[in-house]
Amino acid sequence: MSTEALSANSIRMTGLRTIVIREYGRIVRIWAQTLVPSAVTATLYFVIFGSLIGRRIGDMGGFDYRAYLAPGLIMMSVITNSYGNVVSSFFGAKFGKHIEELLVSPLPNWIIVVGYVCGGLIRGMLVGLVVTIVALLFTHLHVHHVGIILAAVFLTSAVFALAGFINAVYAKNFDQINWIPAFVLTPLTYFGGVFYSVSLLPDWAQHISMANPILHMVNAFRYGFLGTSDVSVTRAFIIMGACVVVLFFWALQLLNRGTGTRD
Amino acid sequence: MQALSVRGLTKTYKNGVQALKGLDLDVAQGDFFAMLGPNGAGKTTLIGIVTSLVTKSAGQVSVFGHDLDTDLERAKACIGVVPQEFNFNMFESPETIVVNQAGFYGVERAVARERAEKYLKQLSLWDKRKVMARSLSGGMKRRLMIARALMHEPRLLILDEPTAGVDIEIRRSMWEFLREINEQGTTIILTTHYLEEAENLCRNIAIIDGGRIIENNSMSTLLRRLQTESFLLTLRDQQTQAPVIEGYGIKLIDDHTIEVEISKDQGLNDIFAALSAGGIEVLSLRNKVNRLEEMFMRLVENRQP
Repeated sequence: MSTEALSANSIRMTGLRTIVIREYGRIVRIWAQTLVPSAVTATLYFVIFGSLIGRRIGDMGGFDYRAYLAPGLIMMSVITNSYGNVVSSFFGAKFGKHIEELLVSPLPNWIIVVGYVCGGLIRGMLVGLVVTIVALLFTHLHVHHVGIILAAVFLTSAVFALAGFINAVYAKNFDQINWIPAFVLTPLTYFGGVFYSVSLLPDWAQHISMANPILHMVNAFRYGFLGTSDVSVTRAFIIMGACVVVLFFWALQLLNRGTGTRD
Repeated sequence: MQALSVRGLTKTYKNGVQALKGLDLDVAQGDFFAMLGPNGAGKTTLIGIVTSLVTKSAGQVSVFGHDLDTDLERAKACIGVVPQEFNFNMFESPETIVVNQAGFYGVERAVARERAEKYLKQLSLWDKRKVMARSLSGGMKRRLMIARALMHEPRLLILDEPTAGVDIEIRRSMWEFLREINEQGTTIILTTHYLEEAENLCRNIAIIDGGRIIENNSMSTLLRRLQTESFLLTLRDQQTQAPVIEGYGIKLIDDHTIEVEISKDQGLNDIFAALSAGGIEVLSLRNKVNRLEEMFMRLVENRQP
């Protein structure tokens, strides 16, 4: 059957499935770059911060420090990998010009965005799972609300996959896909309550921290495990949902205008 | 129905370069159409706009009646494109590349695998289907792009210099393949710098220069317009000077070769008879230059300011 005889919906669904399969294939093909580093990093964090320094820290937010640290480390891995997957895959496709395979196809731009975001979600979830397994080697993970855990990890992964997409669209060289992770993402993550409770900070620093969306994401996720949070969980989900909507339409607008992709 | 219809197409790049200046073009369904022009003439920009990789500044483009502005997805579904530069993932295998491309056009994976086998075999790439694409030779990479463009069985195939850098044997096998595809009903638009290729394959031709069509005709009509043609004759005996025959311009190229310029109202018989009468025996004869090349140069040179 020729493509013209297929319905638009059929083309879109098969196209989306193909992008997702291709992205999954890429993640698995280069597993040593995509899945292993987070496991190694998480192990080091647990050994150094959890077991060695953590003993001296004692409890954090009323919980053993390792149990407190685990959700933060899982979320940190999800954030960096969701972002990293999309930014490197889309920019690589731009750099190698094979993004043209998608641009000349009959797939609408929103399918292309969703396809790449699914790639980011898959890697985020896989790495999250790997780090969770590592965490279980060091601590017991209590589950307070599985729905909140899944919703928080899904939305956070989507937010950073979309952010990675936007970065890749604007990037003109490999340096520019490293700037945001190095100078924005890492500081925001480290100050986003991954390693500590913001209640330890002075008031003025707590107020500033509230402007950091990662703080809300990490705390919503941690609430799913421990049942405690430094921020309002409802507000955290509103922030995550709003970020997904805004970033999705931003990414779509960039593709529609051809920014960075069409002459 | 026209496979491609272009009206008043204009493209001005951000740097101010006007690549297309109100270009009009029709390509009939089933045609094998050559689009020629010097570097920078606007051919690749035109292809870029038709395939939606380049945003037009003004004008209308429709593919099999589907307007790019109002029915983009349907228009794109009709087109298969083989670009000038390699634009596939060098780290994927040919089989993965073509199967995925079919998926982007809505072709289910099982069907895509069957087509992958068909086209990779036809283009002699089946044995290489599992290797990384970057390890393929230049000719293989070109054929891979053709296979990829055919995976959704497009009605219009656009080839932008598909045989650039390909050796003559592979080039001729690609010509044969493209002829078959065209005979099966696929409209083909070809840009090439090998004018012999266009002359051999194409029925109609447009020459673009400076962002405008300067010639648009059937190949035979265009070539008939050549007033003179030059032939090189290899002679059995050594000559020290060019023979003089009234009405013909003859030059001595070397001691066994002469060049004869014959206008379209003169016949070769006359020249053979005259040479024979002078005791000069001709061993062989060939065209001095490709006829289309000669016509192309004349048209383009006439456009020079």
